[in-house]
Amino acid sequence: MIKLTVNGQEHAVDAEPDTPLLYVLRNDLGLNGAKFGCGLGQCGACTVIVDGAAVFSCLTPIALLPGRQVTTIEGLGTEDAPGPVQRAFMTEQAAQCGYCIAGMVMRAQALLAHTPDPSEQEIRDGLNPNLCRCGTHMRILAAVRRAASSLRAAAPTKAAAQ
Amino acid sequence: MAQSARIRLHRYVVVAVVILAVAAGAAGAIAWRPSMPPIAPPDRASFAETEVARGAALAALGDCAACHTAENGRPYTGGRGIPTPFGIVYATNITPDPATGIGHWSLDAFRRAMRDGIDRAGRHLYPVLPYPHFTRATDDDIAAMYAFLMTRAPVQQKAPANALTFPFNWRPLLAGWNVLFLRPGMWRPDPSKDAEWNHGAYLVEAISHCGACHTPHNLLGAEQGGQALAGGEAEGWYAPPLQAGSPAPVSWNADALATYLRTGFDAGHGAAAGPMAPVTHQLATVPDADVHTIAVYVASLMPSGPTPQAGTPQTAATGLANPAARSVADPQALAIFNGACGACHGADAPMTRAGAPSLALGTAVNAPTSRGVVDMILHGLPWREGHAGPYMPAFSAVLTDAQVAVLATYLRARYSDRPPWQDVEATVQAARRQGGGT
Repeated sequence: MIKLTVNGQEHAVDAEPDTPLLYVLRNDLGLNGAKFGCGLGQCGACTVIVDGAAVFSCLTPIALLPGRQVTTIEGLGTEDAPGPVQRAFMTEQAAQCGYCIAGMVMRAQALLAHTPDPSEQEIRDGLNPNLCRCGTHMRILAAVRRAASSLRAAAPTKAAAQ
Repeated sequence: MAQSARIRLHRYVVVAVVILAVAAGAAGAIAWRPSMPPIAPPDRASFAETEVARGAALAALGDCAACHTAENGRPYTGGRGIPTPFGIVYATNITPDPATGIGHWSLDAFRRAMRDGIDRAGRHLYPVLPYPHFTRATDDDIAAMYAFLMTRAPVQQKAPANALTFPFNWRPLLAGWNVLFLRPGMWRPDPSKDAEWNHGAYLVEAISHCGACHTPHNLLGAEQGGQALAGGEAEGWYAPPLQAGSPAPVSWNADALATYLRTGFDAGHGAAAGPMAPVTHQLATVPDADVHTIAVYVASLMPSGPTPQAGTPQTAATGLANPAARSVADPQALAIFNGACGACHGADAPMTRAGAPSLALGTAVNAPTSRGVVDMILHGLPWREGHAGPYMPAFSAVLTDAQVAVLATYLRARYSDRPPWQDVEATVQAARRQGGGT
């Protein structure tokens, strides 16, 4: 059994230590937000946050994770009460088929946590590891800009300190 | 203790050499150089198209853009900070903008910068500009590079001020450096070798300045005499030897090298990484013949014939050890490898089946230092906008220093017969501090 902390909750998982986190999230914990895209760390559909950094959960064996904090898109908000980044993606209608979007949201969430006021180039560089095959990139970028300003508005003192 | 004593000793040596350099500079009374008269930016029509085209190839062979372009910046507009042991030197704008670039530079001024490391105003340039190599270039080639640069679109962009520690921020010191380390004179062909070899040797030595990364440097940042292409480092990345000391398990030949230099990948060796990747992007644009002569020359310096490791089984494809035959019992490392690396580097993985070589063939895995492997694990091979090429995700966010060290140690044991690396975790810490470079 390997102990994982996901969205603040502890889980004891009965899986081999080399099992990718993505499989455990989807198959054992019922957290289906993160998607299997390529399984090679090339597309970003499986992106989750570990200790504040966006990572490919398809290439993250659970052996690495005891003592670390995993956040998935389910940890950002609910359908009724979406988090600020999720809401921005909805407002901008950033999803076409939606398969990449959970990964995009997590990548953006991690970016905005350490870069609250990103330049256009910083957004593009930050989201660079994630692919969208539908081509909604302009809406995704707009969503990240919207999320950045709504997060800054919600935390004016913190943004001013940056 | 031993380390700090060593650093102290190095400091004494540096101070002694600096004093010597200053003395030499003063004695030679050459620190002062006159400024060259400014010219009006030359008209594009004053350069022959053929000369501009040859200059474009030479600029790509010399990889001017790698240093003289900032991250996401416009080509040749400068602003990239080049880390050196003495601080950061910012590459300048070499577009023909009169105010911030080289618009006022005559060909004579440009030639003096390339040969002597003196800018138009008469100031010494830092040898991070590889003028000790460019000084060997022919007048025609320097003129062609000048023609190419002076016909780029002028862009106004001033480079940030250098961030160098005292006394290295005092430029006249470089007069002493030049007395010690600049050997003026054009490149001379070796009459015992054919024209192809000689052209390759000329390009490597005078234009492409491979030694700037692949030759070890002394404490004052000069390439060590007698150690040409014996292996060095580039922005923290391991730059393997390009001569007899090459640790590549399959020996290089001219065709494999040419493929690697043009595409960033060779099936017998693997992918170009770190600062070498942009070099291959540049070399993809130059005439085949130039890259081929470089490959002929460098291959002639490398060990010839396959060099299989003693006591390991051979495979038909490579003539080398079959890594599947080696097993290493470290359950933690095995879990990391299988979960993080195996999807691409496993024996049956799609990438391996598509022709990517086993890690056993990797130069970095077989190198005397773990730095190359550590940098690859931490930083991967990023996507580069506008360039096709090999890709590997970065693992710096998900692996701790200790986990990277465990993984690197495992890769060495499983894929190489050479002795285990020492102090791998310290190497990981240094690599993480230094960042991914390019």
